[in-house]
Amino acid sequence: MNQTRVPPQPANICYLDANATTRTDPRVVDAMLPFFSGYFGNPSSKHALGAHAAMAVRRAREQLQALLGAAHPHELIFTSGGTESANAAILSALEVAPRRREIITTAVEHPAVLSLCAWLEKTKGIRVHVIPVDRHGHLDIAAYREALSDRVALVSMMWANNETGVIAPVADLAELAKDVGALFHTDAVQAVGKCPIDLQSTAIDMLSLSGHKLHGPKGIGALYVRTGVGFKPQIKGGQHERGRRAGTENVPGIVGLGMAAELAAEAMADEDIRVRGLRDRLERGVLAQVDHCVAIGARAERLPNTSNIAFSFIDSEAIVTLLDRAGIAASMGSACSTGSFEPSHVLMAMKVAEDTVRGGVRFSLSRDNTDDDVDRALAVIPGVVAKLRAISPFDADAGPLLGRSHA
Amino acid sequence: MLDNLDRLDEHISSPRNAGVLPHANAVGSFGAIRWGDAVKLMLQVDPRTDRIEQARFQTFGCSSSIASSSAVTEMITGRTLDEAVGISAADIADYLGGLPLERMYCAVMTYEALQKAIGSYRGEAELSEADAAPSCKCLGVSQMMIERTIRFNRLTSVEQVTHHTKAAGSCSACFKQVEGLLARVNAEMAEDGLIGPGDAYQIGSTSPPAIDLKPHGAPQPATNIFAAKAAPAHLRAAPKSAPSRPAPAPAAVGVDAPSQTTLIAEALDELRPHLKRDGGDCELVNVEGNVVYVRLSGNCVGCQLSSVTLSGVQARLADRLGRPLRVVPVP
Repeated sequence: MNQTRVPPQPANICYLDANATTRTDPRVVDAMLPFFSGYFGNPSSKHALGAHAAMAVRRAREQLQALLGAAHPHELIFTSGGTESANAAILSALEVAPRRREIITTAVEHPAVLSLCAWLEKTKGIRVHVIPVDRHGHLDIAAYREALSDRVALVSMMWANNETGVIAPVADLAELAKDVGALFHTDAVQAVGKCPIDLQSTAIDMLSLSGHKLHGPKGIGALYVRTGVGFKPQIKGGQHERGRRAGTENVPGIVGLGMAAELAAEAMADEDIRVRGLRDRLERGVLAQVDHCVAIGARAERLPNTSNIAFSFIDSEAIVTLLDRAGIAASMGSACSTGSFEPSHVLMAMKVAEDTVRGGVRFSLSRDNTDDDVDRALAVIPGVVAKLRAISPFDADAGPLLGRSHA
Repeated sequence: MLDNLDRLDEHISSPRNAGVLPHANAVGSFGAIRWGDAVKLMLQVDPRTDRIEQARFQTFGCSSSIASSSAVTEMITGRTLDEAVGISAADIADYLGGLPLERMYCAVMTYEALQKAIGSYRGEAELSEADAAPSCKCLGVSQMMIERTIRFNRLTSVEQVTHHTKAAGSCSACFKQVEGLLARVNAEMAEDGLIGPGDAYQIGSTSPPAIDLKPHGAPQPATNIFAAKAAPAHLRAAPKSAPSRPAPAPAAVGVDAPSQTTLIAEALDELRPHLKRDGGDCELVNVEGNVVYVRLSGNCVGCQLSSVTLSGVQARLADRLGRPLRVVPVP
């Protein structure tokens, strides 16, 4: 076999894209390795090898339960990731309450939720209420209250936004949903492992999370479903996960997610203090050195690791490309919207100015980042922006040189 | 993918001829900031020889559009106008060693700007009305531009049209329009022998994008006939609490009145640490029957979530006292 070998480590990259994915922690990899070719049993098997795998899955479920503050381990269903979890939560909620044909969500949701809602609206006649946000990313609570009724099957609102890091008061929002008997699902893919979560003390019915955002492996995630909340399996074909998600368990992935959850709980304090410090230094440094840029959502409560800075008069794709050439990995909003020609729907929802909305760059840090990374980024970013501004036909003085229409 | 395209890479990292050309006598631009890309080409043409002596560009847009603009300035410098006017979008992409498919519109945009620059130098008529009215409203692509692009680049699928012009690239609103245009132009091209009759696009052979990214949020006709009717009264949730009205006249002070107020005060005191943690506070002003008057202070004042806080306080108080209560804020 003539396989091309991938070099074990990429070149010296300053990785500031932790909201896209994180490095799998070596301790997580160590925990997973025995379950590939050593203890490879199927948890459903009755022999010792199977029992060993089943035990590992049970342990991982408890580790995850501890991180989320869930009441019981079996409230967690392992899935393939955040998108599957969110899809299962929404489709199941509509199935358990067939008489309720409305969904409430927000304008800044991840495409995993938004495009499913668009599909449901188009093909199933489900009415979707999209709750707007203000300039700081705060939800319009009045609009939310207005939309709530006994026709609403499910409210799905993200805990923390992937592009801006703005945190929504989900515990309070869930209480409101409870008042009308609607289920409440939260996409907590970015929040899990970064902010303390205690599901027992909230009215949240369902929560989605993904392993690779908290230094776990890709291809594994989980859906929390509170005991007593009706759930209809969206993948049918067996009694795995108590009949809620068929398919042989991804044992190495589950073990990795469990380990990642345990490590995330330990590292949360570090994330909150040290990483927040790095993020703040990066953000303040850029804002001080570069004119005509704005930190999006900085006045709201935010994740400690995320900074979204929008640069006027230049395009985010060009910025990210040049940063990449300089060894800095950042991201233009959500990686999921590449291929679309529209600016980030999150920045549009937050009514960022027209000359700035296409210049949003997301810097997201993790516990792997150091002061060096921030220094490197600060040394490069002002130069890249200046270079692109020199090319751009727009600037603050001349205004829109080419007019607002076809010139 | 971009890493393999050395030439493209070079033009992205160090664009040639960027900036303003002060003595330009032929200027053309295309695009606008709200549509996400804009190119401005400035040429200095020698009037005696019609040769382009110098060319510069300014571009707002993605790395591919910067590279395309940079490439075109290099391609046309030293050429005559007649040579330059013959450069096609495909030539620009080829010069860069190929562009990613979905970025072909970058080359088309630069091509359009070049055509306009040369047109302006030659004093050709300004754009017709049809060219000014956008066909794809989201991205500001005009019908004439789409038609030209289909012709010159011999496009035969909606996907290609989107890659070359961005039209119908962000939502499905103008899909039908673009599809119809493509079918008409393809039929004409087949008549002219530009493409084989079998290659011409047939309406309906592509399905519109299955999923729009965003829901519209507009009410859709319900397929479930039961959902259209209002639910029976006993299934409906309790009506939302009305805006605060003047309190009812205080009931005659009963024997249990002081102890009830004390209970409420105690319950509030238990909640206050939670509010203080968020920088807010809440104090008991008065209790009248089932109405509890409180004053919010600190961060709670003007907080958009204060109504949520109040409903939380109300729920806890009702829990403690075992009967429904209404919590009303006073300034």
